[in-house]
Amino acid sequence: MIAILAFYLFATLTIVPAIAVIFARNPVHSVLWLILAFFNAAGLMLLLGAEFIAMLVVIVYVGAVAVLFLFVVMMLDVDFASLRSGFTKNLPFGIIIALVLLAEIVVAMMSRGAGPGGGQIAATSQPNIVALGQLLYSRYLLPFELAGLILLVAMIGAIVLTHRRRGDTRSPNISKQIRRRPQDSYRNTNPGVGEGMKL
Amino acid sequence: MIGLTHYLTVAAILFTIGVLGIFLNRRNVILMLMAIELILLAVNINLVAFSAYLGDLTGQVLAMFVLTVAAAEAAIGLAILVIFFRRRGSIAVDDVNRMRG
Repeated sequence: MIAILAFYLFATLTIVPAIAVIFARNPVHSVLWLILAFFNAAGLMLLLGAEFIAMLVVIVYVGAVAVLFLFVVMMLDVDFASLRSGFTKNLPFGIIIALVLLAEIVVAMMSRGAGPGGGQIAATSQPNIVALGQLLYSRYLLPFELAGLILLVAMIGAIVLTHRRRGDTRSPNISKQIRRRPQDSYRNTNPGVGEGMKL
Repeated sequence: MIGLTHYLTVAAILFTIGVLGIFLNRRNVILMLMAIELILLAVNINLVAFSAYLGDLTGQVLAMFVLTVAAAEAAIGLAILVIFFRRRGSIAVDDVNRMRG
């Protein structure tokens, strides 16, 4: 009973904020609705017994992606009202297309013979994260490493794209510093009495 | 009793909302990226639901990879958005065709 109630709670609180993301006038509100949707999707995954993925969704989506979105939305000084032109014009047609798509997916889903029909979630003997870790580090080791590579490429790409060299700041010339040798940078002199240093 | 179909329905609705979001906010790249995140979330819910009801953890491993790609895509997309804004002072997608490589 509680599981059913929890499912409907999480499902409603995933779908309604998702709609609000699209229709919110203020993009900051959109991001906040997105965070609420992510949290409740994580709740749905918890109900499915996938604790690790649920926590990962909270950490990655809410902790990283949503904060990134919030940063960019607040950083860019954009007139968002002007970007909404064509919104109401597209609305009826868009909703028709969305309904057709939804109907197609639901029909495909309801057709029996595809996938398991209902049933219970099987109880597992070991914790979710243990089983997942064993699978990830044995059978899916190569895809796992490739996922790390994708993240590295994304990190370097984002840095290279957004890094800009400014002309008005002084920064060390690293290759010049490395090329500098001791014999170029000092000399021994032996000035005579009363002559002083000639520079 | 909550079955697989319930979860798939939620994911289908979420997916449709994401597609609708891309369709409606065709000028606003930030909202388009958010809609893509919604679509990927729907895919993740699907994968996890199938994984749970089939008793096969492969779906959850795939969900992790989808999560990775979603994070990478958001980072790269927002970086492109920032440099585009720096160039043009606007993020309207209609102006993108003026870039010319």
